[in-house]
This record gives sequence, C-alpha cells and structure tokens, in this order.
Amino acid sequence: MTARDDSTASVGQVRKQDFTFGEDGDELTLDCGRTLAPVTLAFETCGTLNADRSNAILVCHALTGDSHVAGYYSPDDPKPGWWDRVVGPGKPIDTDKYFIICSNVIGGCMGSTGPQSNDPLTAKPYGTAFPVVTIADMVRCQRRLIDHLGIDTLLAVVGGSVGGMQVLDWSVRYPNRVRAAIPLATTTKHSAQAIAFNEVARQAIMADPKWNGGDYYESGRPEHGLAVARMVGHITYLSDESMRHKFDRRLQDRCELSFDFEADFQVESYLRYQGNKFVERFDANSFLYLTKAADYFNLENRHGNGSLVAAFSRASCRYLVVSFTSDWLYPTYQSRAMVKAMKKNGLDVSFCEIEAPWGHDAFLLPNERLSTLLRGFLDRVSDDVAGGAHAL
Amino acid sequence: MRFDLQVIASWIEPGSKVLDLGCRTGSLLTHLTEQKGIKGTGIEIDEDAVGEAIAKGLTVIHGDVYEEIEDYPDGLFDYVILSQTLQQVADPAMLIREMLRVGRRCVVSFPNFTHYKNRLQVFFLGQAPVSRELPYQWHNSPNIHVVPIKDFRRFCRELNVPIVREVAISTDHLDTKGRIITFLPNLLATFGIFLLGQPEEE
Repeated sequence: MTARDDSTASVGQVRKQDFTFGEDGDELTLDCGRTLAPVTLAFETCGTLNADRSNAILVCHALTGDSHVAGYYSPDDPKPGWWDRVVGPGKPIDTDKYFIICSNVIGGCMGSTGPQSNDPLTAKPYGTAFPVVTIADMVRCQRRLIDHLGIDTLLAVVGGSVGGMQVLDWSVRYPNRVRAAIPLATTTKHSAQAIAFNEVARQAIMADPKWNGGDYYESGRPEHGLAVARMVGHITYLSDESMRHKFDRRLQDRCELSFDFEADFQVESYLRYQGNKFVERFDANSFLYLTKAADYFNLENRHGNGSLVAAFSRASCRYLVVSFTSDWLYPTYQSRAMVKAMKKNGLDVSFCEIEAPWGHDAFLLPNERLSTLLRGFLDRVSDDVAGGAHAL
Repeated sequence: MRFDLQVIASWIEPGSKVLDLGCRTGSLLTHLTEQKGIKGTGIEIDEDAVGEAIAKGLTVIHGDVYEEIEDYPDGLFDYVILSQTLQQVADPAMLIREMLRVGRRCVVSFPNFTHYKNRLQVFFLGQAPVSRELPYQWHNSPNIHVVPIKDFRRFCRELNVPIVREVAISTDHLDTKGRIITFLPNLLATFGIFLLGQPEEE
C-alpha cells in the first residue's frame, strides 16, 4: 500500500440509504407519549464491518447536520461530507479499520422522518402536527438502525455539540451496547443562555408570516425567518476573538459607510450569506423541532433523578471528553461537570480542553490536537477489544 | 525513562490501579502498563503533555492535581504517585492525605534540597542554589518549598503516615542512570523517594 496524504485521502463515493421501521407493529413510542410509524432514517456507512461485527463506530451529527459524514456522492460532487477531514482512510476515524455509520436524526429534514415528511393519515406534510421529539428519541431510532445492521455492540459513539448529547444519552441508555463514547464540545443540559439563543431563533421563524403556523409547504417557505434563525445560531458558534480576527470592523465592498441599511460591515454580509445559504438546504419546522430537542435535553433529570453522578452510574464505557477554550455556548465548565460525575463513578475517562480561538465551531475545524486524541483513544479501544479485555 | 521513575516502577505490584499526579506525557504510566499490566490514570495540567499522553492510549485528565483528585472515590487506586512535584504544591500535607484517601499507598519523590552541592553554593557563593535537579533562579522557580530528605521524614511522622519504603538516589549527567545512596543520603542524594502507607490512628 502506498503512503496516503491524510489531508486528501477520501473514502470515495458513498451512497445515502434508507431504513424504515414501525410498519409491523414495532412503532416508535416517543418521550412525549405519542407513537410514530412509519419512521424512516437516512443513513450512510463507510469502511467495512468486520466478521465479528466489533468495529462499528456511530457518528452523531450536530444540530443541522446530516448523514453525509464523509466521501462524495458522485465523481463530480464538489464537496465532501461534513467530517471528511476526520473520517476516511488513514484518518483519525480510520475507515481502513472501522465501519462508520451516520444517520440523519428523527425530526430532521435530510432524508429522515421529520415535520416535512408526509403524515400517512393526511397524505400531507406533518408540519407542526409532527410530535415534539427529544435527544432520547433520536437515540432510540439510531438503536433500531444498529439492530437492523446486525450490530450488537458499538466500538464507539462519537459526536460534537447536539451530536455529543446523543453520545452521552447512548452511553447511559444502552450501556451494554457501547464500548467507548466521545462527547465533543457538548453539555449534559443547556444553560439558560443556550436556551435563550434558541428561543430567539425560533421566534424569528415563527414571526415570519410565511411560517403560517408551520403549514407552508404549499404556500412558500418562511425563508427570511429561517435565515435570521441561522444568523443567530452562527453568532453562538463563533467567538469574540474569531470574529475580530475574521471581520473586525472591515467594510464589505465599500470604502465608506453607506448611511442606509445595506450590509456595511463584512460581518453583516457574512451572516446574511450564511442565512441565505442555509435556507436552500434546511426546513424551518425541522429547525424548531431540533432546537427544542436540544433545549429539553437534561441527562441528570432523565437518567439520574436530578443527579449527574447517579446518571453516569448507569454507564460502563470508556470516555474521551473534549472541550474548547473559546466555546461559550457549551463552556468547559460543563464538560468538567460531566467528567467529575464520571470520575465519581470510577469510570475510565480522559479529558482534554483544547486551546482554540474559534468558539464552538472549533470541533468541526481542522485541529491536529483533536485528530491525535481521537486516533490514540480509538486505537486503544480497538486494541482492547482485539485483546479480549473488557472496557472496564 | 528517568532513574527515579525506574525506582518507583520497581515498587508497583503488577496489575495494580495507579494514579499518577502530574504525569506529563505519561512515560511512567506507559512503562507500567506495558511491563506490569497496571491500569493507569494520569492528571496533568499542560495541554501539550495531555494531548501526547492520550494519543499514546493512556487515560489522562487535563486539569489541576488538587481539584481533580477530589472527585475520585475512596480507595479507588492501589498506588498514587507524585513524582518531583511535591516541592511545587501549595499544601503538601493536604495533598498527601488526599492521595492516601483515594489510594492504598502513595509514592512521593522530590529533589533533595540539602544535597552537598546545594549546601556548598549557599555556603561559599552565598547564593540560592541552582542545580540540574533545581534548575531555576529564585525569581522564576515554580518550586515553593525546599525539601530535605530529613525534613520529609519528620513531616511524615507528624502526619502519622508510615514510611513503608525509602530510597535515596543520586543521578548523574544522564538522568536515566543513577545509583542508590545509603551513606549520608541527606548529604549525598539528589532525590528522595518514599512509599507511604495508610495514616495510623493517633
């Protein structure tokens, strides 16, 4: 085999697949008490499942991500999957060694059942008739997919941000099915500040007259509201330092202030661009549901009767927790709180706070430190499986 | 590996659970894992060192020794190691009590301040000693305590902590090589290494 340049190696062409369940009386019972059927999950895999099915890694995407974690859909596809830098042959999550699974969350709009899917009762999109889903519901769906793929135990569950919440829920909900968990730049519960920003984003959507109570699939989408929601989100993903570095007060395509309400500053132009680009790929109702799921997430209440230590007493896997210095959406103290609770349970946990100026976004940006942490940690987990040692 | 770490490693029983405080890049833990099949955990404040240690496959927490040791349940470890850090910690008595709470035994090593070369510098040159073991000037030293081997023994008595084993060593220009000092250790040893047991009832 020739040496590969890690920065350019790719898993190559990948295919989005579907898995539908709930049609044969195995419907999904949601946290809100309602049942849902049928449920379709869009998912992608890369790498090869080994003979004893012990090398599977589930990657959980963040708020507005999708199943397209790595590779290209076609030879002329200009853009690879969202974590192509990390997932691929010879990369930290090495597709030469591991079988990677990534599915779009329930409530999403990238192929999995969500508010824009057709309600079988009305043959029209659910809209706000779609039940409110939770992080736990997303994880329950992923478990059905893992069952369907014939995988008993995942080598690891990995994800950042809202994906990290799914990782944490997996590790305490199905402790016997996870050997290792890697929650990145995440939290066991949203702070009031995080909920506040999500609420502003939701209000922006709902204040758009085209939202129309969520019933807009024939009349035209609330594009402006969704764009503003994305702009709010984007601010929380950056940091004061990264904005200063990226934009400072530089003007956009002009030498002087315009004295009107055009985008004078580069930062305004950037946010408008991000907002408009987002509208092309995302559904406004999905945004409402997914932000709500993130706000509702509360690991200690759900699994520990209000105690994070009690919640992690259910866990048995090995953890790698990573936070970033400039992440003010899920600050390091929130990662330290989960690490503390894991340690109090005598769990095997590694933790690193990575110095990075880029805010919450840092977990998705190129980062040599993160790469070496992932690689080293996964190497040991898979060596232990190969050596027959239990994760505990 | 540093000679003092080789001595420490020789004291650890195979298969033990070990906590290394200030583990740096984890060379001792790696050695113990490979040679003695121990299950190790490290605590380290420096991000680069933590990154390197986790990349080797070790379990390491990025943080302050004082804060991080608090979270572990009583008796989780067989050995808790503090190598060449004692002279830098704010409250050695409190830390050693914590080490013996979370671990059955603890190992402490430190540069012997009363080594004859240090004494000569103070006596003849009239200046704060600077040596290979204590390489700092008075104004940039992270070392806030001076610890002679003799004083450390007395300190353990005051804490009612039994000294299970004690070795004084002298390392030469290569810090991977050294020898055990049995004659006048407080004068001739560059490092003291102590294995401490559970505090005795008063």
